[in-house]
Amino acid sequence: MHELSIAMSIVDLAQEESERRGGVQIKAVHLRLGLLSGVVKEALLSSYEMACEDTSLQGSRLVVEEVPVLVFCRQCDEQRPVHSTQMFCCSECGTPTGEVVQGKELLVVGLEVEE
Amino acid sequence: MSAKTRMIEVRQNVLKQNDVVARALRQRFREAGVFVVSMVSSPGAGKTALLEKTLTLLRPQFRVAALVGDLATENDAERLARSQAPVKQIVTGTVCHLEAAMVQSALEGWKLDGLDFLFIENVGNLVCPASYDLGEDLRLVLMSVTEGEDKPLKYPTIFNSADVAVITKIDLVDAVEFDAAAANCSIQAVRPGMTVLNVSAKSGAGMDAILGFFRTQRDVARIVAVSENDGAFAAPGN
Repeated sequence: MHELSIAMSIVDLAQEESERRGGVQIKAVHLRLGLLSGVVKEALLSSYEMACEDTSLQGSRLVVEEVPVLVFCRQCDEQRPVHSTQMFCCSECGTPTGEVVQGKELLVVGLEVEE
Repeated sequence: MSAKTRMIEVRQNVLKQNDVVARALRQRFREAGVFVVSMVSSPGAGKTALLEKTLTLLRPQFRVAALVGDLATENDAERLARSQAPVKQIVTGTVCHLEAAMVQSALEGWKLDGLDFLFIENVGNLVCPASYDLGEDLRLVLMSVTEGEDKPLKYPTIFNSADVAVITKIDLVDAVEFDAAAANCSIQAVRPGMTVLNVSAKSGAGMDAILGFFRTQRDVARIVAVSENDGAFAAPGN
């Protein structure tokens, strides 16, 4: 359970961005969360609320966009989704592949701020 | 989005701070010529036993040291000190994984160029350590034969973050009716092509192979480092 420390990093990061922009009020933080990031969405959402307490982000929302895993399939010479994270093979041709090209993201991509 | 708000685009990695420290560590390890191996597993899979045996067997030929992470106690460091290698305990308190900054501060005052191998034993946990780069060259994920062959399917993320799988306690294979083929299937399903090593720190079975593997990987890393340096010198003339 490391979601609380991740949530606190998100709050710190958002506060820094807010300060850099003259202290704008943040209403929501948008996050891209890869399915292989090792972070659980539900745990992160409840941790986020705790992490925001007594900060300028109190009452703000965390909007999580889950990012599916993509691998590079040498057989197809294409980026493809995997069957599941229990089965790392090309969803088109079935060739096993461990070359992950997407799905480890833990990225803050946007801040919704008051006009 | 309501009419009163606007969106500011940013692109910031949440683990940026850890990644920056990990990159600096990796650079420092490379410059010092020390090969760094980290170990992750569930509690009780045999990280400390494998590490103790590894340190003891490598020490006559190589300069080795270890960092060991635990929530509490210095027991592992005391146990590993029997190998006569320098060992430092990282007590994480309530933190369930090691972070690059903990490794960095544990290494304060260490002369890294006096080492050939540094081993880092993570806190026993198959979830959280997956997210944190420690600057290591090689990450081993251990699973013992007593854990069940489908462990990799239950924890695909950590197996995916590791370079090599090590099956431990193979002296117990018969007693627990461990199905090696099924375990290998699970590993290959979540990480196709992953190298799998089998070992018993207790009986010594498989130790030669794993030590040989460490030596080879260290040699490869050194060759890569040298050729990259040559490349850097050659670049201006291109």
